Amino acid sequence: MKHYLSGRRRWSAAAAAAILFLAACAPGGGSDDDDGSDGEQQASDVQTDPAEMGEITLTVWDQEVRGGQAAQIEQLNAAFEKEYPNITIDRVSRSTDDLRTTLRLALSGDDAPDVVQANNGRPEMGQYVASDLLVPLDPYAEAYGWTDRFPASIRALASYSDDGSVYGEGQLYGLPQMGEIVGLFYSKSKLDELGMQPPETTEELEAILAAARDAGETPIQFGNSEPWAGIHEFGFVQNQFVDAETIRDLGFGRPGSSWTSDDNVTAAETIVSWVEAGYFTEGFNGIDYDTAWQNFAQGDGVFFPGGTWLVADLTETMGDDVGFVLTPAGASGENLVTGGISIPWAIPANGQNHDAAAAYINFITSADAMATVAETGNLPVVDSADQPAEGLQAEVFEAWAEAGERDLLVPYLDYATETFYDTITAAIQDLLSGQADPQQFLETLEAEYTAATG
Amino acid sequence: MAVPRTTPRPPAEQASARPGGRGRPGEPRRVAYLYILPAVTVFALFVLYPLIRSGVFSLYDWDGLGTAEWAGLANYQAVFTEPALRGAFVHALVLIVFYAIIPVTLGLMLAATMSRARMAGLGFFRVVLFLPQVIPMVVVAVAWRQIYEPQGPLNSALRAVGLDALARPWLGDYTAALPSVGLVGTWIGTGLCLILFLAGMAKIPRELYEAARLDGAGRLREFTAITLPSVRGELSVALTLTVIAALKTFDLVYVMTSGGPGRQTTVPSYEVYNNAFLIGRVGTATALAIVLTVVVFLVTVVINRVGEKAQR
Repeated sequence: MKHYLSGRRRWSAAAAAAILFLAACAPGGGSDDDDGSDGEQQASDVQTDPAEMGEITLTVWDQEVRGGQAAQIEQLNAAFEKEYPNITIDRVSRSTDDLRTTLRLALSGDDAPDVVQANNGRPEMGQYVASDLLVPLDPYAEAYGWTDRFPASIRALASYSDDGSVYGEGQLYGLPQMGEIVGLFYSKSKLDELGMQPPETTEELEAILAAARDAGETPIQFGNSEPWAGIHEFGFVQNQFVDAETIRDLGFGRPGSSWTSDDNVTAAETIVSWVEAGYFTEGFNGIDYDTAWQNFAQGDGVFFPGGTWLVADLTETMGDDVGFVLTPAGASGENLVTGGISIPWAIPANGQNHDAAAAYINFITSADAMATVAETGNLPVVDSADQPAEGLQAEVFEAWAEAGERDLLVPYLDYATETFYDTITAAIQDLLSGQADPQQFLETLEAEYTAATG
Repeated sequence: MAVPRTTPRPPAEQASARPGGRGRPGEPRRVAYLYILPAVTVFALFVLYPLIRSGVFSLYDWDGLGTAEWAGLANYQAVFTEPALRGAFVHALVLIVFYAIIPVTLGLMLAATMSRARMAGLGFFRVVLFLPQVIPMVVVAVAWRQIYEPQGPLNSALRAVGLDALARPWLGDYTAALPSVGLVGTWIGTGLCLILFLAGMAKIPRELYEAARLDGAGRLREFTAITLPSVRGELSVALTLTVIAALKTFDLVYVMTSGGPGRQTTVPSYEVYNNAFLIGRVGTATALAIVLTVVVFLVTVVINRVGEKAQR
């Protein structure tokens, strides 16, 4: 028996040692040593001719899975491989949500992909930058002339300070292919039936909404069971009442503004009054986003506040019947529009082929690529004025150009803090279902905003 | 030549035999470790190590990417004080009613009826009731999400019979969402309970019922005096399985509601996923996971203890 006991003691000693060893190594501590070793790269160090890079397999993780987006990336990948036969593209495409959840682990691993699409908000790109997981693109921007091709306002949306704490300044960490704005899609035939014109002001919009409801139409098609749609919907209303500077402070998580300001209260009260007046689809909390826009495409709904990523899909079903305008102007006096850039392409620090990755990003954002992006029904982030377009696409190009010229772009509200997405999506559902009144809703957001900005 | 087990060996032989691992039969021998080594290795590698590692994570404030900061027990404190996380456990308790209590009750009643009745097509009904167990959860969730849609079959059926007032966006309604998810759990769990109880009741000797009948027992008395005590073992198995399923449910919530509307249908497992992968609070997520593991463990122990005691 003695022998048995001593054996057991030895086992427990070993187990205790293992636990101590595990406890000693804090999570995430190990990888920090490797990251700094790249050093600062200069533009002159950058190799820009993909043909001379040898045989390479470039692993690319993207989320271009919807109709027009999938078409453009497939065409561009084929063109790239044709032009540079020494480089093979290994494409891994996932839905936006799936990419978001897998990217975190992939970037921190040793075997990271070469090119990824990383959402430019703080919860993703901001955290990756803070942990040195993305390559700063400034040397490449200089070598390839991206600084000239892409205006500062666009580059700012994917720029961070080195420690990731300041958003909108510092080095460039990603490059987008498309612009996107959340404007107002409308059914031309339904507006005609009501004898109305596309709304330019909140007053005009509310008149149409009331007329549409009285005529038995669904005034605004809306589905919020995937709750991010609510961010667009609330932003659409907020943009009509709140000035650009306040929304930008709140959206980028910069100090200096407040969620509980009077104009924010008006915005929250207005959207609640629209719910009470029956301006949204009945039971919107139980309808998912895809069902909502498909219902709109099939003739249920006068308006659909939605993003330009739907242009190709809506044109396909509705043809000439669908139109697009910027957000109507309310008390803010401007047609402010939520939007920015499509999910930008970035280079993971742990990838093996940084130069080839940059060459690939350059290829898919070149002037030729922008033509392909436009042909497949998307909104090119630059050069959109050069592209031939008609119908809905032409209206979208025009709106995008106008938003750029008149400085009307305001950011998505969930960029603000790491956890703001979680907070605001639940808060908007609470607000729209009457579980929280406007004051409670805004205080919830204000609490998180002030906690983050100090 | 057969040596009786109790024959004592000479002391010298015993001493020399020990290092070789040979002792008396039944005495612990070192070689035994070799036999359990494969299982222990797998267990340690895929259960113990991740569990301990999670325990370590839960003591840090970590976003899953950068360097972690020691947080002590703050993450555990958050699990019990943050309304969003505490709410998830409350929802799990509600789900136990739908996942465990209703299916076990229904399963008992159905099995008692089906095992006594002589009716045609018994096998068919058994298959139909068990079918939900065979279908992958995600498929179940997608199908039910469509049934619950505002313009879906459920509401159409309600409107068709004039119950318009009951029609609602089931998964988007603040009061109806959680019970709606729970009912899907009931639909899935009932078949499992039924099959377990049918198997248990098949073992009961018919004579017991005859004897009871002679003593003047009615149907109800037969059930409480004979059927129920005979399936106690099955009962505790069914309760263990369904309560665990309720506590760690994830797929239904993930596919059907994403925890919404608001936070009405969040459950612990969903919050673990949400915190770890979506909002980058790995410390909180692992603390929550550890608490959930402990709760599941305790519930299992309690149910089995009660079951064993009742059997004696």
